[in-house]
Amino acid sequence: MDVVRDRLLSEVLPEAGTSVEGPVLEVKDIHLSFAGVKAIDGVSFQVSNHELFAIIGPNGAGKTSIFNSISGVYEPQEGSIRFMGKDILGGKPDHIARMGMARTFQNIELFANLTVLDNIMLGRHLRMNHGVLSSMVWLGKARKAEMHAREVAEGIIQFLELEPFRKSYVAMLPYGVQKRVELGRALAMSPSLLLLDEPAAGMNTEETEDMARFIMDIKRELGIGMILVEHDMRVVMDLADTVLAIDFGKPIALGTPDVIQRNPDVIRAYLGQDHAVVETGGTE
Amino acid sequence: MRGRPGLFTRYEDASAILPSGTQKVWLGIGLAVLVIAPFIVDRATLILLATAVVAAVGAIGLNLVTGYAGQVSLGHAFFLGVGAYSAAAIGGQPEEGKELIALGLDLWISLPLAGLIAALCGIVVAPVALRLRGLYLALVTLGLVFLGEHIFRNWTQLTGGQGVGREPATLSLFGYRFDLDGSVLGIDLIREQQIYFLALVVMVVMALLAKNLVRSRVGRAFAAVRDRDIAAEVMGVNLTKYKVLAFAVSSFYAGVAGALLYTVTGFLDPNAFNLFLSIAYIAMVVIGGAASIAGSIAGAFFITLLPEVIENVIHALPIDAETLFTSISTAQIERILFGVLIIVFLIFEPLGLYGIWIRIRNYWKAFPFSY
Repeated sequence: MDVVRDRLLSEVLPEAGTSVEGPVLEVKDIHLSFAGVKAIDGVSFQVSNHELFAIIGPNGAGKTSIFNSISGVYEPQEGSIRFMGKDILGGKPDHIARMGMARTFQNIELFANLTVLDNIMLGRHLRMNHGVLSSMVWLGKARKAEMHAREVAEGIIQFLELEPFRKSYVAMLPYGVQKRVELGRALAMSPSLLLLDEPAAGMNTEETEDMARFIMDIKRELGIGMILVEHDMRVVMDLADTVLAIDFGKPIALGTPDVIQRNPDVIRAYLGQDHAVVETGGTE
Repeated sequence: MRGRPGLFTRYEDASAILPSGTQKVWLGIGLAVLVIAPFIVDRATLILLATAVVAAVGAIGLNLVTGYAGQVSLGHAFFLGVGAYSAAAIGGQPEEGKELIALGLDLWISLPLAGLIAALCGIVVAPVALRLRGLYLALVTLGLVFLGEHIFRNWTQLTGGQGVGREPATLSLFGYRFDLDGSVLGIDLIREQQIYFLALVVMVVMALLAKNLVRSRVGRAFAAVRDRDIAAEVMGVNLTKYKVLAFAVSSFYAGVAGALLYTVTGFLDPNAFNLFLSIAYIAMVVIGGAASIAGSIAGAFFITLLPEVIENVIHALPIDAETLFTSISTAQIERILFGVLIIVFLIFEPLGLYGIWIRIRNYWKAFPFSY
């Protein structure tokens, strides 16, 4: 059955996106190490509006570390990260979120004891500003803001086809649905940049198809910049505009999916040197 | 929508405190029982009921910081004490020949101020929660209770000192004395009934405010800090701010509860605000149900009325209680039972009384089907 939505995502989230000229995110030569282990070693890239930028690399290559550095969970020792034209290196996560960055996590980081609705409503946290006292009285501004947040949350629930789970506690839900709720929570922030950390990991074919469709819809309807980390290469090569391949924290290739797919360094990093040699031997 | 009670056409109705008619009926029954009870029970039970109503305010406070925001606090007795003595100092009547601090101000000043002073103490303590969590936080807040006990015993100008004590705040609201017999709307009320109804109004208002708080942006932020603090931060929740807020609001509730807690017995003992009191409040939250306002109230009644029930049961036993329990006092049995109850609830019903209620509700929802 074809699901018909009342509203486009851009109507649900009119504040999403940015009016900043130039790239939304500019990462320049960042270095991050943990007590001698180099997690990121000189990575640079930039992401603009309407661009779906993918980061690929084998396990432990430093993809999630890059995400954590951008969103302020880690602080790289060297380099610069500029978001919306401002330097954010060393900024606290909630401060960076306030500037319009949202993310999902590789291992689901939902608020397990809250309902789907409350999880998504929490994404609206920064879009409301009533404090303790006005919340307690629940009149005027607070009531209005809460109702508006609910309306936005319902729009997102409809977009992600989460209606049957609205009032379910997320801990009880299947993995694929939890992944969608996480995407919804990030969307609710009306971000200018969306970081997706392995949105299709651990999902079956149908769920992966759905997720790819949601990502494409977000790109088309909101036109925000997105960074995608994903192991499912078909998803990456289908969706991404630009791909950055890294290995051992070092960038090894940057370009369009076609170019990356043919890059010998990328093939070597994924398959290992020996296998690559065997393969070359086979094609001769 | 008549005939379709489950159908909501406005988000406001769907996110109401009591979305369904059944819930409204149950609340009505509960309130009716609470209003009628003081006219039926004897004076001793009435004192317990009044204490339970006040304890409910304190339990809601502890549930906000521990149940909702997930910051385990064993220091609740300290905040109750701060509230009790602040109210006594601000609202107590000065007495001849005693050097106690007593400003004799009206209740509408002393009660909120007691809450605010306690909240201020909460704000001072909260930064500890930024560094520590779980057991470590519990231990530090535990230290607070011992600190409080020491201060309360030795600051004789405030508390009267050990073995002497003082009277709590005078319950005079805009000149109307709740701590004397009186009559409202032509109904004669004894002292205890007056205090009970004052406490009941405070409890209902505070419970409503808390319920609004937890269904709002702030309440969701508390829960986010409890469930996943890193994710909360990435979603824009300022951890420092919300941990401090949780302690402040919780301590405010404790302060207000403390201000009223011993007014019905009319005596403030500096030794009362000890570890056992803290544990009793933890028990209220655990047994009532963590992260539930209604559960906090149920837990407060359960724990406050428990000693009375135990005593009655012991007296009703066919054997002579005196010879059976020569080495254990009723108070000790009460403590043992507290411990046992907490363990039993944690193992078999982690959601507390609230969880039992949910189970009963779900059973009747599906009735007569089994699944």
